[in-house]
Order: sequence, then structure tokens, then C-alpha cells
Amino acid sequence: MPEFEPIVVAFCCHYCAYGAADLAGSMRLEYPTNIRIIRLPCTGKVTPIFLLRAFEKGADGVYVAGCLEGDCHFIQGNLVAKPRVNYTKKLIQEVGLEPERLEMFNMSAAMGPRFAEVAREFVERIKQLGPSPLNKKFHIQSDAA
Amino acid sequence: MVIGERKPFDEIMKMLEGVKKIAVLGCGGCVTVCLTGGQDEVRVLSSQLRMARDKEGNPIEIIEKTLERQCDPEYVELAEGMASDVEVILSMACGAGVQFMAERYKDVPIYPALNTTFVGGSKKEGYYVERCQTCGECKLYFTGGICPIARCSKSLLNGPCGGSTKGKCEIDPEVDCAWQLILDRLKSLNQMDRYTDIMPINDWRTNRDGGPRKMIREDFQR
Repeated sequence: MPEFEPIVVAFCCHYCAYGAADLAGSMRLEYPTNIRIIRLPCTGKVTPIFLLRAFEKGADGVYVAGCLEGDCHFIQGNLVAKPRVNYTKKLIQEVGLEPERLEMFNMSAAMGPRFAEVAREFVERIKQLGPSPLNKKFHIQSDAA
Repeated sequence: MVIGERKPFDEIMKMLEGVKKIAVLGCGGCVTVCLTGGQDEVRVLSSQLRMARDKEGNPIEIIEKTLERQCDPEYVELAEGMASDVEVILSMACGAGVQFMAERYKDVPIYPALNTTFVGGSKKEGYYVERCQTCGECKLYFTGGICPIARCSKSLLNGPCGGSTKGKCEIDPEVDCAWQLILDRLKSLNQMDRYTDIMPINDWRTNRDGGPRKMIREDFQR
């Protein structure tokens, strides 16, 4: 059986987490290559369907990374995203996926090391949970092996 | 507007047992405004259904569509091509919309995805409260614009009752006593004479008790 390398989609705000990812790169910090970053103008752009589509297409974990609370570039986009992420946790639980596969994090653009830490911790969490039953790629590979 | 709440996911899954191709049909009217049956909710429910069925190894094909309104024949008509193409239509409209669809499309089962709950409005985004019970005999002139039928737990016409404490109803300390609200409002409007007049026994025939109701505008009849 091949080792499980999760696919994690990270919805990152342009003004903070995306900058933090950039900084993590400039600082030559290592973080897992499992992360697929999708840049958003603000986490307030996130609706449940964004997150559900990621799971539907086989992501093993999804997280939303926005500005520190009180520091949103658009004043309160991150506060809009937070209850939406919590609501979507319930939606994926109804489907039979673990709510821990979805999370929201807050960080500033200056927090490159924190970005790398979040990426490492989250990938580790998803490895513990195992592959999503909707991750067809993994299941086809393991069936073949 | 008519407020609806989505049925529990398991109940919807049970209705769709053994079905391979469905349409999830949203409504652009009230249920879009109360965030339970519009285009976004159609996408969310469809995605959940696909995932749940994929997980079981029993995939389901879903057509996602939202009509302007499902309680109006001219819009219901627009689902024609789709209706013959699916085994079941899962309607995310209120009960009226589901029935208009069922009347028009006789060969395909129409299942409800929502529980229609009440007529009300939004206090703030995503927070809806009941304001009207469609009794068919509006009393708001006498009660300062606050409905004793919909908002008093006992629908008393001459209140308050002994269960009113510090402006709250005995059924729940978070529920306002409608008659306290009416009293306060009539006082501030200087219309207390309307409070002292005793309201006669209600004629409930205009309510549901008189059977299904209809309303006809004669000048529109051809």
C-alpha cells in the first residue's frame, strides 16, 4: 500500500496568509508539499460551496487562512468566514466526513514561520485521519497495489 | 416572506434511496431570501448528496437548476425539458412551490427538501422571526401594528394573560409577551382607547378552519 500523502487545499487571503506563504518561501522555511494554495481577495469571499467543492473533488483536508481577528483588510471579512467554516463543518459531518478535515486559521503577512507551522500541523492531522473516502486517486492507487 | 428550513440531511437521503438521477430545483422567491432554497443552497445540497452517495459507491447524477419562482405557472413551465429527464425532482421551494410543480409535472415525483415553517421576516441576516399567521382578518389597526394572533402564544385577542411577567411570555423567558408590546405601543401612540375596547370573538372561518382559501382579482380573469 502506498504511503498516504494527503491533498490539502488552503484558501488563503491575499493580504495575510498568502503573503505569509510568500515570506515562508523567502525565509526558506520548509513546509509539506501537500498544500495547494488558492488565493482569495479576502476570506470573506469563502462560501460553503467553495469548501464543499474541494472535498467533492477529493481533497483530504481543507483550510481557510485569514487575517488576525480585528486586522482584516476589508474590516470584517475574516469574521464573516469564521461562522461559514463552522457551518460547513456541520455540512461535511452530515455527509460522513470528519469535521476535523476542515479548519480556519488566522495569521498576519509577517507570520511566515506560523504559515509553515500551520501547514505542517494540518497535514499531520490529516495523515492521522487517513484519506478521505472521496479521494479517488488514492483509492485507485491503493487498489492497484 | 415564507420561511423554510432544510429537512435533515438523512431524511432527504432516505427519500432518494435507489434513485440514480435527480434534479435539485431551487426557487428564486422567499426561500432564496431566507437562505434555504436558492441557487447557493441548491449547489450545497447537490454537492452534499453527490459526496454522500459517492462515499457509498452508489453515485447519483444531479441536474442543478433554480426557477424564478415555483409558485407561478409561467416559471414552473420552464422546468419542462428537465422534468422528463430525471427520476425525481427534489424541490427546494416552500410547500406551495412543491405542489405547483407536482400539479404541472404529473409523471415525475416531486419531493420536498424543506420544511415550510412560517410567514415572517428577517431581524438581521440569517435570523428569521414569525410575524403573520395568515388568519385572513387583520387586526393590526387595533393592536398598534403588533399581531396578537401570530405573536401571542395563546393568540389571545384581549390580553395579556396571567403568564406575562416583566414583558416576557411564560412559555420562554426569551419570548416577548405580545400583549405587553401592544400595550406599550398603544400607550406611546396615545391610542389606549383601542385597548379598552373589547375585541369580539374571532371568526376563524377566514383562517384555515374554513378550508383551503383562494383570492381572485376579477379584472385579471379572462
